[in-house]
Amino acid sequence: MVPLSYYLVLSAILFACGVTGFLIKRNIITIFMSIELMLNGVNLSFVAFAAQWHALSGQVFVFFVMVVAAAEAAVGLAVIIAIYRARETLNVDQVNLLKL
Amino acid sequence: MSIHLILFLFFGVAAVAGAVNLLAQSHPINSALSLIAVMAALAGEFLLLGAEFVAAIQVIVYAGAIMVLFVFVIMLLNAGVEERTKGSKVAIMFGIPGMLIGSVLVAWAVLHSYGNQQVFASVLEGTPSKIAMLLFHEFLLPFEVTSILILIAIMGAVVLASKPHAVQKRKEH
Repeated sequence: MVPLSYYLVLSAILFACGVTGFLIKRNIITIFMSIELMLNGVNLSFVAFAAQWHALSGQVFVFFVMVVAAAEAAVGLAVIIAIYRARETLNVDQVNLLKL
Repeated sequence: MSIHLILFLFFGVAAVAGAVNLLAQSHPINSALSLIAVMAALAGEFLLLGAEFVAAIQVIVYAGAIMVLFVFVIMLLNAGVEERTKGSKVAIMFGIPGMLIGSVLVAWAVLHSYGNQQVFASVLEGTPSKIAMLLFHEFLLPFEVTSILILIAIMGAVVLASKPHAVQKRKEH
């Protein structure tokens, strides 16, 4: 049997990798993928706690997190396409003005 | 060592290796492929926890639909290797030690407070029928609200990604 804490530590490591990617990456698409990684880490702790406390609503909540992630990916990638059209770059260092 | 622990370690190491590879790669398409590996490994972890339905939609929705969208956008925008700038060097200098400190602190706190509790394999079965009973009774209103959210997201994506002159033309009509 695997202790609950192992799942939580794995989830924390994945979340920390996501935060690091968000901070150190300069490509806007990779930054966006780091956000997805963070959401995945959180999903793992939801499912682990659901198994620990025999509450299926934890798994239903993972379903909702996935729905929000899908909506976020669709809108976010459209925003990235719009940014690329306006500035012809994906580097966030060069996207530092609200107005062209 | 039980088979459950061995499988947990196998999928866990695969997930962490994929996540670290996502950070190490400089080309976005390589990062996307390692993110798919992370998601597949996490689906294995979900199966170990008895969450069959979640594991299935993890593969179908996350590793399938969302990542295909990512790969499509990477290829559409012809994203190349990212350039290293002064800002990114500073970010690496502070980001990686920060991550290590943060994850060690969280791991210590978790191991300290949850050290002995065990998760039992397949005691809780998240089969589609049980999830559906919850989703369509207790969580019916949130479920319906998410459908509106998805509809808004679709329309927002279409408006944002369509070409500016196309929007103008629609206004003229």
